[in-house]
Amino acid sequence: MGFVVGIWESLDPMLQYVILSTFKILIVTVGVILTVAFSTYFERKVIGGMQARVGPNRVGPMGLGQPFADVIKLLIKEIVVPTASNKFLFVIAPLLSLIPALATWAVMPLHPGFVIADINAGLLYVLALTSVGVYGVILAGWATNSKYALLGAMRSAAQIVAYEIAMGFALVGVLMAAGSLNLGDIIAKQEGGVSNWFLVWLFPLFIVYWVSGVAETNRAPFDVAEGESEIVAGFHVEYSGVAFALFFLAEYANMVLISGMTAIFFLGGWASPFEGWTFLNGIPVLSFLTEPGFHWLFAKICFFMYSFFWFRATFPRYRYDQIMRLGWKVFIPVTIIWIAVEAVAAWANVGPWA
Amino acid sequence: MLFHSILFYAFSLVLLGAACGVVFSKNPIHSIMFLVLTFFQAAILWLMAEAEFLAIVLVLVYVGAVMVLFLFVVMMLEVDIEAVKKGMSRYTAPALAIAALMTFELINLIWLRSSDEEVGGNFQPLPEGYDNTKALGEVLYTEHVYAFEIAAVVLLLAIVAAITLTMRKRPNLKVQDISAQVAVQAKDRVRIVKMDAEEKS
Repeated sequence: MGFVVGIWESLDPMLQYVILSTFKILIVTVGVILTVAFSTYFERKVIGGMQARVGPNRVGPMGLGQPFADVIKLLIKEIVVPTASNKFLFVIAPLLSLIPALATWAVMPLHPGFVIADINAGLLYVLALTSVGVYGVILAGWATNSKYALLGAMRSAAQIVAYEIAMGFALVGVLMAAGSLNLGDIIAKQEGGVSNWFLVWLFPLFIVYWVSGVAETNRAPFDVAEGESEIVAGFHVEYSGVAFALFFLAEYANMVLISGMTAIFFLGGWASPFEGWTFLNGIPVLSFLTEPGFHWLFAKICFFMYSFFWFRATFPRYRYDQIMRLGWKVFIPVTIIWIAVEAVAAWANVGPWA
Repeated sequence: MLFHSILFYAFSLVLLGAACGVVFSKNPIHSIMFLVLTFFQAAILWLMAEAEFLAIVLVLVYVGAVMVLFLFVVMMLEVDIEAVKKGMSRYTAPALAIAALMTFELINLIWLRSSDEEVGGNFQPLPEGYDNTKALGEVLYTEHVYAFEIAAVVLLLAIVAAITLTMRKRPNLKVQDISAQVAVQAKDRVRIVKMDAEEKS
């Protein structure tokens, strides 16, 4: 052990930094991909339960091997590239939708003191990268050279662009309350129990952000991009094998990301809801409940992932014009009104602005 | 510093290549994707100059919003490449003249600016903990608040003008009035009339 420490200390500090960062990036990326893999299993179990079915139960104990079976199946399938398609864009489109979903994790504070890049403009970075994700969808639809794919891409892209605005406005409210664009500072501002979470003061913005997040990831009830009963599979109709798996991965990575973002912006990220309940510290097993840490962020992400699946099992699909109406005529006015309310509250020194 | 220079030249090369790609690619969609790449490279160069707010906003506004709409428009238009090429020889001379003028102006400007003490060479890294966004915000909302507000009003006007120009209501168009649908009451739909039972004739 001393030998390893010796080698480590003899390294150039720049090299140390590079190795450490690479290591952190690997941990986060592998973690996200594993979470994505198991959330497909989680989804099928949850929806199965809600529809009084069993869900996957054949591969491994309780069907836990199902995600890996799916991945292997998709890996060994042939990728069919349509003859009249634009080959380069066809191949690059799935990557373009996956990369932003993974790159956004760079600024996520996962544990007190653990964040890959602690940048000041973290919130802006998040907004910028989520807005880049739409390219994968548009290019996939166009490069396929198929009417169905193009129609699906148009619907989906228009929806993503529309809901981005509502999401951005909701985040303006968050940054007004936090007074900072740094995600770590935003969490620090929410420490000290549930009453300090932005969920309380920014409740309308929370609803807007969360529902827009569901629409942004093209999930039910806003999944017109791939509405099975209307258009075959939307923009990825001609994709098979790994290329399809990448779109799938991107969609689920975005879901985990939106869940994490909602947890950070409105539910205090890694902050504990039981902070200040000192009597819990006396009980040795329960002391982790009052401590901030990754387990709280993970629990919050799991809750939001569960709600994604819950919505899918519960709500009928929105009609397209109603989706647009909800985004432009309901959510955006709500956010603007709440920003004005916040300004008045800040002027009157109430709430987190005191 | 050497590492920094290598990065700078590498990104600049990609930037120039992508900019050439915008002009020279035959397919308009490819041009747009090259333009997106150009914006990304410019953002990276700004990041290297420690202007992270500008860099991220460039990606957010231009890549995330403007270019997406551009893509939409180009995809919806069926561009006839042959027809576009026909005008080529006619427009070459004025296009070249304008390009030459612009190049002359740019070189002039860069040459003029590089003789300034501040811009030429001695670029100091910003102090630790310097917040670009905050610094910009402080200037925008104090010193330049009028210009800022006027710009906002002008933009709002442009939005209203664009919407009024494009919004046409077709007569006899049957659309749902959702607020009327939501506000409907049972008595608007069904009228229950009380009447006595009639005798059989």
